[in-house]
Amino acid sequence: MTEMEEVSRIVSNMGADGAALADRRVAHVVASGLDLVSQRAIPGVEISNEKTAAGLVTQITVKRDAEIANPIHLCIGVLHDTGRQRIQLQVRLEDDSSAKIVAHCFFPRAQNVEHIMDAFIEIHSGAELHHAEGHYHGPFGGVTVLPTAKVRVHPHGRYISDFSLTSGRVGKLRIDYSVDVEAHAIAELTAKVFGHADDEIRISEAVVLSGEQARSLIRTRVALEDQAKAQIMGRTDGNAEGARGHVDCMEIVRDQAVAEAIPIVRVTHPLAKVTHEAAIRSIDQKQLETLMAHGLTPEQAVEMVVAGVLR
Amino acid sequence: MHLLEINNLSFQLGGKMILHHLNLTVAHGEIHALIGTNGSGKSSVAYLILGCEKYVPTSGEILFEGNSINALKLFERARLGITLSWQEPARLEGIAVENYLRLGDASIDSAAYLRKVGLRPEQYLQRNIDKTLSGGQRKRIELASVLALKPKLAILDEPDSGIDLLSIGEISDVIQSCKVNGASVLLITHREEMLRIADRASQLCGGKIVLTASPAEVAQFYKSRRCTVCDGKECHDD
Repeated sequence: MTEMEEVSRIVSNMGADGAALADRRVAHVVASGLDLVSQRAIPGVEISNEKTAAGLVTQITVKRDAEIANPIHLCIGVLHDTGRQRIQLQVRLEDDSSAKIVAHCFFPRAQNVEHIMDAFIEIHSGAELHHAEGHYHGPFGGVTVLPTAKVRVHPHGRYISDFSLTSGRVGKLRIDYSVDVEAHAIAELTAKVFGHADDEIRISEAVVLSGEQARSLIRTRVALEDQAKAQIMGRTDGNAEGARGHVDCMEIVRDQAVAEAIPIVRVTHPLAKVTHEAAIRSIDQKQLETLMAHGLTPEQAVEMVVAGVLR
Repeated sequence: MHLLEINNLSFQLGGKMILHHLNLTVAHGEIHALIGTNGSGKSSVAYLILGCEKYVPTSGEILFEGNSINALKLFERARLGITLSWQEPARLEGIAVENYLRLGDASIDSAAYLRKVGLRPEQYLQRNIDKTLSGGQRKRIELASVLALKPKLAILDEPDSGIDLLSIGEISDVIQSCKVNGASVLLITHREEMLRIADRASQLCGGKIVLTASPAEVAQFYKSRRCTVCDGKECHDD
């Protein structure tokens, strides 16, 4: 089986359409370890890749006014049990364009793997980017994932990000995102992670509402079991008139897991408003009993509650 | 043989006696109303029948279809055909109404069950059972889920609470339809007017059944404050 075929199979196993990688109407980048496996640009989407000493530098540009109908697939990971991957991702959406990037990050056999992703995302005036990132990790927990992102959303732009790592072992995860939201722009950041065994999760997401009427939501959902640990920091700064932001963190813990939530809200303009809510709890017994009263076993009920929170 | 038979049931929680030597039966196809004021022990009866955590009889026996269910776990009792519509139903983030209604049987027409409780399927089926629903909406969805389960025994804990007065008639229709579908109903309420749809009624006060009789007799007794347990000081409906 070629690397491309295996990536396509993994993407299909992740619930996505692996066949999309063969579709000439769909832009994609496929990288395994430090190597580029495949790339395809389409009208309205420019893609370039350069292998450097530090890793792979990938540039994706969505041209002005382009509305990209099919998601741009970004398939990156390490197929072997040992390896290192470092990618610098530069995404630029020109004025009034729109696109969706679906990132499939796979580490199916990871026992000693490090993945570093440094993303720089620029969403120009009136442009809109949906960035969904799903991870497929194997059962060994031997992966360290270090994604950072610096995002700038220009006036009237929109940035929606959705990070999901809910199957397989997390290993060590350190997310560090910062987003600058300009006037009348919107940013919504969602992260959903399920930690097991001795997984370590640290998520830091910071939004600065720098323009008037800027809007943001940071939404984090984490479930932990066994001896897993998580520290979640969500910060929003409201620095302009009419800026509105909200930080919403919920963590569910079982067994000996340990969760920490640090919501930070900071307002420097009298007409800005930023709110937060954070909850850490065990699985609610009444929720379980409600589901068990429908005939679900305790194990099925727990699974359903956790899946619901991470949905 | 009754569908449900509770014999000499006592229950203590946190050092306090909640129920004292309670006897209660529910016949096949019967709507049996259990009326009492707040704190009289009505919900404890429901939780003991269902087998909720911390609700273990201090003494006494609960029989379902002639067999003791004291040792059965909650989900095992549910699989026998016992279910509960909670007084304050839990919120379940990320679970759509449609999926919730199909928990017992994936093939049911969930839209039809929503219509039976006065909710428009196109507005509610894809909504999550979370805090965005009002108390009344959540309550109606809970009733729809009980109907969809087609239980042998539906325990309805204050199904009228949180529902506006104009809709009480709709709720009564839903309770009647449980019976039409073959279920027995243990209807827990503190409102005397809800007794009208029952076949039989019992009044609970201070953890004791003070009267089991026709709904009219129990309603009269409830209003008259002639309770022998509290001398009418507790179990009235002001």
